Amino acid sequence: MSLEIIIDWLQAALRWAAPLIIVSIGEVYSERSGVINMGIEGIMLFGALTGIAAGFYLNSLWLAVIITAIIGLILGFAVAYLTVSRRTNQVVTGLMINMVSLGATDMIFSMMSETRKARVATFPAIFPSSMTNIPVLGKLLFAQPISTWVALILPFFAAYVLYKTRWGLNVRAVGDNPKAAATAGLSVIKIKYQTVVLSSIFAALGGCALSLAEVGYFSAGGMTAGRGFIVMAACVVAGWDPVRTALICIAFGAADAAQLRIQTLSSTIPYQFLQMLPYIVTIIALTIMVKRSRVPKTWGAPYDPKDV
Amino acid sequence: MDENNFALQMQDITVEFPGVLANDHVNIDCKKGEVLGLLGENGAGKTTLMNVLYGLYPPTEGRILLDGKEVHIGSPLEAIQQGIGMVHQHFKLVDTLSVIENVILGIPTKKQRLDLEPAKKRLLQLCEEYELFVDPDEIVWRLPVGKQQWVEILKALYRDCKVLVLDEPTAVLTPAESDQLCRAIRRITADGRSVIFISHKLREVIQITDRITVIRDGKYIGTLATKDATQIKLAQMMVGRPVTIERKSRPVIEDLKPVLVMKNVNAKDDRGIQALKNLNLTVHAGEIVGVAGVDGNGQRELAECIAGLRKPTSGTITINDKRVTGVIADPTFVGFIPEDRQKTGLVMDFSIADNLIMKDYQNAPYAQNNVLQYTAIKKHARDMIRKYHVKTPSEDVRVRNLSGGNQQKVVIAREIDPEPVLDIASHPTRGLDLGAVANVHDTLLKERNRGAAVLFISAELQEVMALSDRIIVLFGGEIMGELNGEDADQEVIGQLMLGHHPEN
Repeated sequence: MSLEIIIDWLQAALRWAAPLIIVSIGEVYSERSGVINMGIEGIMLFGALTGIAAGFYLNSLWLAVIITAIIGLILGFAVAYLTVSRRTNQVVTGLMINMVSLGATDMIFSMMSETRKARVATFPAIFPSSMTNIPVLGKLLFAQPISTWVALILPFFAAYVLYKTRWGLNVRAVGDNPKAAATAGLSVIKIKYQTVVLSSIFAALGGCALSLAEVGYFSAGGMTAGRGFIVMAACVVAGWDPVRTALICIAFGAADAAQLRIQTLSSTIPYQFLQMLPYIVTIIALTIMVKRSRVPKTWGAPYDPKDV
Repeated sequence: MDENNFALQMQDITVEFPGVLANDHVNIDCKKGEVLGLLGENGAGKTTLMNVLYGLYPPTEGRILLDGKEVHIGSPLEAIQQGIGMVHQHFKLVDTLSVIENVILGIPTKKQRLDLEPAKKRLLQLCEEYELFVDPDEIVWRLPVGKQQWVEILKALYRDCKVLVLDEPTAVLTPAESDQLCRAIRRITADGRSVIFISHKLREVIQITDRITVIRDGKYIGTLATKDATQIKLAQMMVGRPVTIERKSRPVIEDLKPVLVMKNVNAKDDRGIQALKNLNLTVHAGEIVGVAGVDGNGQRELAECIAGLRKPTSGTITINDKRVTGVIADPTFVGFIPEDRQKTGLVMDFSIADNLIMKDYQNAPYAQNNVLQYTAIKKHARDMIRKYHVKTPSEDVRVRNLSGGNQQKVVIAREIDPEPVLDIASHPTRGLDLGAVANVHDTLLKERNRGAAVLFISAELQEVMALSDRIIVLFGGEIMGELNGEDADQEVIGQLMLGHHPEN
């Protein structure tokens, strides 16, 4: 019985963590290049809504994913234009994008009332259902939707790109010393655009993983519930390393899954307190780990190419 | 002379910034296999000229010819592709990356996979060839500055530059490293590459270059063959008036009262390694104690301990019998000219006026009831600008926009004008040109004659000898020896700096 609960909990932890991991990959790149894309929370909302709406109207999960990515791309260019080209304050810009997104998604959702009635098909599991009968692993891993698997594999691929490719080297160089990168002949602006757009695409896809992985509906009023911010915290705690960031995301997912379970088991602890739990975990992790992680040198600082 | 013999010609280069003519019809040319010295005071426009060459600013006027053909250079990438390599005065290295990663950074390639092995091989070949040895896998911030310089040079050579610009390359080097650099430059030009050597150190320029171009206040003054040049002649061209660094005569001050007393001081550096070992030192009122030594032998920690910025692990430091336990806020007590004026001496984005009251801002007349009094602050700034000859259009200019020498004048005005009992001057002339150096020396001497105790730290042996009443030599955090400034022998100090006790 207790083992069952634990497996169930871990399975939920992975499922909850998957969207976070997907979002975190992009954010790691963006922040490594020096730009804090704080708009990911809002872009996630857009991704979640787009996934549902496209899934509903087009009746194709894969088209939904593609359209979500395109929406992320467009929003990414907007963020990059503001923070990189116009050099607006990255935090304020991000906050504004989040506010606008919250209102905009709610409004668009209310105009598409028909999507409320039916649930959209969710991401399927990729393994045959017979494999879900394998003890422990079957339920823990093989029953997971494809988005979870993507989230589990992606960090390793992302780490390879960051540490073992030219582009990854350029990203790291630009975030730590854009002037040196420019003197070496790189286009700093171009690289920052690439990472910011990429982070927005991943944020949108993460949002779509949130809505399409299981529930199959969009809920108005901010269904991302601060997950974008959690991802930002995870990046800091993990020192902007894709794999470690993913682990932190899983830890958060575990905390989130735990509080949901405790809510159903016990009525003595107020549920509002339990809902705070994942965020408290994040704050504690930040306080403990932050000193040890190495911040990209120009983290959050605008870059003016004329300033040599 | 055949046109085609020139690797580089820059003709009539004019660069205009809002309100400033940084370059005014400057001409330089550099033959293949030649070392051209570009000499000028700080703020004379040397760096601007080189930034034009490197595609960082478009010139308002003028043209650039490479191998006799006119070229347009619009970005650093284009400059690199045209065969121009540049080692900037402030290094452009990503110090969190390894040496090899810095070397290959930005080189266009189709291959996305980061395959460092062939690059390492080539780099090591270059290291051999030019005898500039670095470990390709070392992370740059772990390297001493001298080695970082090698990385910059190797980076340019790796890109197969035809013209290599070295902007003040020896400012951060020890004498031994400077010699090594000279040998490397000889090898570089032996391959038919040209080197432009920017400096304001006359001795080196004469030692290493074939021809010398002098610019002053953004204007072209002249070019002469090095064999016809003398230090005095060059200095005059550079400054526009005669200058010398000689031992300064000074009144004898009797009855010296100890001001700074350090007893058995031990301290650690930022990495937690012992930096000062059982140091005992007394500096009296009315004397300049010069601290000689190769950089990184405890000078920084010594200065920081006295200024209260670093806590000694044991021992006592007293100033006028008052124990130093933390940062000293009283400007009439200690004046501290830190070694890095841009990082610790000034807030670069504050105005001159704001920088000048940084130690005094909470006191009348600069503040009343916690409100800054800008009339008084600005008046004070104007007084200081006049008294210390800061070259600036107004007291509202951000210090970032001042030349190095003028920035240092702002620091000196703030630290020394309140007439402290102790002055700590840590490399106060680093990166300054001759005129500015003389200025700093005069100020410190005046301080001594006023009766202040002066601790003068410098890696330039000549100026330590020119200025000090007493000289101590630091090696590995210990005082290797103490000499009288009047009759100190350069050889003896040199031996002590390397940790040898010269035979008696």
